[in-house]
Amino acid sequence: MSRPAAITREMITLAGIEIELFECGNGTPLLFLHGAQGFMPEQPYVGLLAQHRRLLAPSHPGFGASGLPLWLDSIDDIAHLYLELMDSRSLARVDVVGCSLGGWIAAEIATKTPERIGRLALVGPVGVKLGPSNKLDIPDIFAMPQEKVAQLVFHDVEKERLDVAQLTDEQLTTIARNRETTALLTWEPWMHNPKLRHRLHRVTAPTLFIRGASDGLVSQSYVHGYAKLIPNARVTTIAAAGHAPQLEQPEEFARILFAFLDA
Amino acid sequence: MKAWHFSETAYPYLPPDSEFESIRVSLPNRIYDPKKGAALYDRFIEEWQIAEEEGIEIMLNEHHQTATCVDPAAPLLLAALARVTKTARLLILGNPIANRRQPVRVAEEMAFVDVLSHGRLEAGFVRGVPYEISAGNSNPVRTNERFAEALDLIIKAWTSHDGPFSHEGRFFHHRQVNIWPRPYQAPHPPVWISTTTPSGAMRVGAQGFVQATFLTGYDGTRRVYDAYRRGWREAGRGQEVPIDRLAYAALIYVGESEAEARAGAEKIMWYIRANKVPQHFSFPPGYAPPQTLARIMRGDVGDQHANFSAQATVEGVINAGLMMAGTPDQVYAQIRKIYDHVGGFGHLLIMGQAGFLEHDETVLSIRNFARYVLPRLKAEMPDAAISGFSAAAQ
Repeated sequence: MSRPAAITREMITLAGIEIELFECGNGTPLLFLHGAQGFMPEQPYVGLLAQHRRLLAPSHPGFGASGLPLWLDSIDDIAHLYLELMDSRSLARVDVVGCSLGGWIAAEIATKTPERIGRLALVGPVGVKLGPSNKLDIPDIFAMPQEKVAQLVFHDVEKERLDVAQLTDEQLTTIARNRETTALLTWEPWMHNPKLRHRLHRVTAPTLFIRGASDGLVSQSYVHGYAKLIPNARVTTIAAAGHAPQLEQPEEFARILFAFLDA
Repeated sequence: MKAWHFSETAYPYLPPDSEFESIRVSLPNRIYDPKKGAALYDRFIEEWQIAEEEGIEIMLNEHHQTATCVDPAAPLLLAALARVTKTARLLILGNPIANRRQPVRVAEEMAFVDVLSHGRLEAGFVRGVPYEISAGNSNPVRTNERFAEALDLIIKAWTSHDGPFSHEGRFFHHRQVNIWPRPYQAPHPPVWISTTTPSGAMRVGAQGFVQATFLTGYDGTRRVYDAYRRGWREAGRGQEVPIDRLAYAALIYVGESEAEARAGAEKIMWYIRANKVPQHFSFPPGYAPPQTLARIMRGDVGDQHANFSAQATVEGVINAGLMMAGTPDQVYAQIRKIYDHVGGFGHLLIMGQAGFLEHDETVLSIRNFARYVLPRLKAEMPDAAISGFSAAAQ
């Protein structure tokens, strides 16, 4: 394995918002959109992805060190922001990976400007409502203890559970702020945009859905139903992983991702 | 001094709390027997009527999906009270306007009750406690911002009389605002706001509304009142802050003997002891700042309330200034002590019924308070007083 590529971090301005942008590696650009836990550059999958590509990973508004203006309150707002990011980086066409609510952002972008998305990988994505009105598609993570949330998110809770004692006050505050922004963006309608499912037929990019086999938030039937709404999509599953296979199985995740992106 | 009888219209007939996760939000309503509930409403309304006969004003509030306060639409109960009372002021504290989707509707409800009661409404507004978030499906983020915009819109709806105006704000939109009826009182009913933090009290002081604070004890209440007085002065409202701008809510039980008072006080403790709520309902993301939630994740704040509730004793809460209980002389002395400590207040909000405190016991305390404590308060703590401390005292 080659040495991990150096990661740079800078603050850029998009639509008047200060956005934290991480960049890493060389090669064809890959836009990486993090999930509700925020982007953590030290996680092993980041180096693996950067071995093949130039990774661009913004912290969404209200996550990490990125600002959050009062006007911004939806995933759709963020999708527009990243179109502006693509403009500012002269990315006429780019491959996109989105995890969880980052997958929702990626799906929104792909419906707006299908021609600008090369290949699209959605990892345990939320964003659509498929089931009946009397049953939540995504469990209400804000109405259960954190331990229960962890059990739904991870395949191996013992290994992945947050060790609060090892974290600084600043890191804990960032985690709390990330949770706050997640609530702001996903509260109502819960974890979805009712319009999105009626727009997904516009997506032209070859699309891969990646789901951890133990994901307790995004079910297998949800992912398959989501994939059916996109013309050229298929689903793959990673064993021994939950809602964030990039964390629990980074090497398998990278292997599957690049087999798809480089096909 | 004005005294207000406050009842949360609780439903106390619950299984042991070891058998449920939370008394709020998720407690199944099969536990609620509507026939028992109806009898409780009859009883609580009668207690408010007795308070009125005794010269005490009326206060109620609103909560949702909880046995602690089965009043999910306080304006409805207020309308009923407007018709079965004649003279008492009617305080709703308050309308949870960060969780109400239509502020104009709230303005209508309040104007309606004001007319129905011939101008006896005191209109209180609250952000809403954290456990209201799930019950209201309200976004927990930006509740302060929604509260502020809603309050401005409500007051404008009350005070605009020349046909429709429009509002296109950050959170609320309404193109033809022109409420009927308009309020009975001019320019509008007195506005009350409850807050327990100094930063909130600064804002309320700057606006000049009545500031109420609940169970904040000696030093907490003084901090809130000091902030209110600072906000009032810095907004150019003058150096003298009228005492009727400040209200304090405490648990109160007045008995004829110490033993009788003690028995009543123990029952009123239900308010504090019965509030079993898990952390995910007490601390939804966004309701408190991330820095506070980070401390909770570390366990620094986490079960503070649970510990407090479990360990709370009558002596402890009296010493903390959260409760006044005893004979009329003792209760007078306890009120005098906190009154002097915080710089005075013009309204005492009496949490005078809770849990299994029976009707006769509730009425006994209302009468003891009204007949043997309130006259002294009215004589010694006049409504025209100025709040705060003399230069010498400071």
